[in-house]
Amino acid sequence: MNSLTMQRRVAIALLLALTVGGFLILIDGHNPFAAYKVLFFESFLDYWGFSNTLVKASPMLLAGLAVIIPMRAGVFNIGGEGQIYIGGLFGAIFALALPDLPGVLGVPLIFLSAAIGGAFWAAIPAYLKAYRGTNEVIVTLLMNFIAIHIVSYAVAGPLLAEGAPYPYSDEVSEAYRLPILMPRSDAHAGIVIGLAMAIILYFWLRFMPSGFQLDLVGRNARAAAYAGVDEKKTIIRAMLIGGSLAGMAGAIEVIGLKYRLFHLFSDGYGYDGIVVAFLAALNPIVAPLTALFLAGLSAGAGTMQRAVGVDSSVIEVVEGLVVVFVAAALVAPRNVSKSFLKTLLSQGLNSRSEHSEKKEA
Amino acid sequence: MFDLVLLGDVLAGTARLGTPIAFAALGGVIAERGGLYNIGLEGQILAGALGAAAGSFATGSALIGLGCGVICGLISGLFLGYMSIRLRINQLVGGIALNLLLAGLTAFLSRQIFGAQAGGARVEGFTQIHVPLLSDIPVLGPSLFSQDPLFYLLIGMAILAWYWLMKTPKGLDLRAVGENPKAADLAGVPVFRMQYLAIAVSGALAALAGGHLVLSQVYVFAEGMSAGKGFIALAAIILGRWSPLGAVCAALFFGFCDAVQFKLQFTSPEVPYQLFLILPYLASLIALVLLATKASAPAGVGRPYDREHR
Repeated sequence: MNSLTMQRRVAIALLLALTVGGFLILIDGHNPFAAYKVLFFESFLDYWGFSNTLVKASPMLLAGLAVIIPMRAGVFNIGGEGQIYIGGLFGAIFALALPDLPGVLGVPLIFLSAAIGGAFWAAIPAYLKAYRGTNEVIVTLLMNFIAIHIVSYAVAGPLLAEGAPYPYSDEVSEAYRLPILMPRSDAHAGIVIGLAMAIILYFWLRFMPSGFQLDLVGRNARAAAYAGVDEKKTIIRAMLIGGSLAGMAGAIEVIGLKYRLFHLFSDGYGYDGIVVAFLAALNPIVAPLTALFLAGLSAGAGTMQRAVGVDSSVIEVVEGLVVVFVAAALVAPRNVSKSFLKTLLSQGLNSRSEHSEKKEA
Repeated sequence: MFDLVLLGDVLAGTARLGTPIAFAALGGVIAERGGLYNIGLEGQILAGALGAAAGSFATGSALIGLGCGVICGLISGLFLGYMSIRLRINQLVGGIALNLLLAGLTAFLSRQIFGAQAGGARVEGFTQIHVPLLSDIPVLGPSLFSQDPLFYLLIGMAILAWYWLMKTPKGLDLRAVGENPKAADLAGVPVFRMQYLAIAVSGALAALAGGHLVLSQVYVFAEGMSAGKGFIALAAIILGRWSPLGAVCAALFFGFCDAVQFKLQFTSPEVPYQLFLILPYLASLIALVLLATKASAPAGVGRPYDREHR
């Protein structure tokens, strides 16, 4: 399936999801066209609305890339949420421990520390997957909950700000705060970091041998082994990169938006990343668009409720339908050659363990 | 004496908090033994909860409410089955999509049904059944023999599921489908029919978890009231090593840890209660790494079966 028909399929799937959502809006007693007009106008064309969209799009984009890179090597990273939390924790600890560095030094080091935190959290499932054949989906899922509770402990205990009414840490110093892109709004420079990563990763996958190895392992682990690619190392590399990207999303939330570490500071961005990645058909350069789309939907949902009176839960339904329809469209059998994505979408989960079993036998 | 009271409290809490997780985990075991991941448990709990609340709200009968919830669970299970079996969408993506969809849809429908009033509409629920004599046993009595009917239903379902899966020919068929669908197909087992059956039952069991939340715990439907129980159930399946009775025990262990951390928050604030929140996940993780041999997880789980594929 070439990329044009794939994009057409995604577009049709999006339209279908919006149409079903439209019927729900109609049931709710409102005009779907008016509601959608408000939704998209407020999230993309209005100054304040667009700044909200950007604020949500930044972590979603990085979380999406954190799913895309491992997935290209055939590894399903459901652990973005936990990696965001540990990344945010590491970033916040660094920022609070060394509050007096100049910003040009401190901010990159905070990102580095957050990336290390996320990579560390991803290294555990990566090692278990590569060397023990343990299912990464379940391990990453379990580790999400552990990470959330670790952060909850940290902000209620060792990092708790003095006199805080509920669990949060001290503020990070002003020198470390990300610059604001749109004056008087919350839209911070996080989106620029996400965009830069998307571009770098696109070129890395496309033109660098180490990037190409990811696809090789993801498409056909046995062929990769014959070509001399170390499958285990490739899996671990992909997961470490994924974890560091999600960790950076955590840092963005801390030093870009909230300036503190909060209990439950990520609102499911790790899971949104899975949707971003699938809508982008695992292409990093498309991920900024799908992250913006998804962020716009969720930022506009509240406005739509206030302005038109349509229940914002309709938008959640639309998001779920988008995933269903897009996934169905991508694996639909008509005119489809055995494409990479199709294989991954339908069998990605266990193909790896199957290969390694064969090798052992 | 005080400690005994505390122990009794924790045990009662264990049964209350563990029951919904156990229903969902039981559902997950049935699906996975048939070769299908049910990542949509979380959404199906919500579907069951909404169905139960709406049914009980409309008729004033908790039993009819439970029936409505189960029907909602069956439908959502079949929908996931359609995505996984017929469309062969990756079962994780399908499950995540179902969770998103049902979280939104149940929130939307609950506002259509109950209106936007804060706190929602109170519905008729189950009352506790005190088993004569046994419920008078100190400590154990109130926690085991003064539970709501759904706790007893859970015990019955767990034994039934174990018997069906392990001791009947149909159960053997289902396990064969989960281990090696091709071989099962060649042996004349209707693979797809068995898988649809498993995923529908799985959805219905998850819906019972939702029914317990509404009809035995809070008597209202609240948006997102599943609060991650469907994901915890996935961990309980692993800790219970894909056995119906094991998964229920694991789920009750999760409930126990939750009950302990609730108590700790009040009685000993100096102990970090998060330790007990982390404990079950850590135990599952360690169980997965140390105990899980290749034989424990069904070999064919997660891989869509394609008759044409060699």
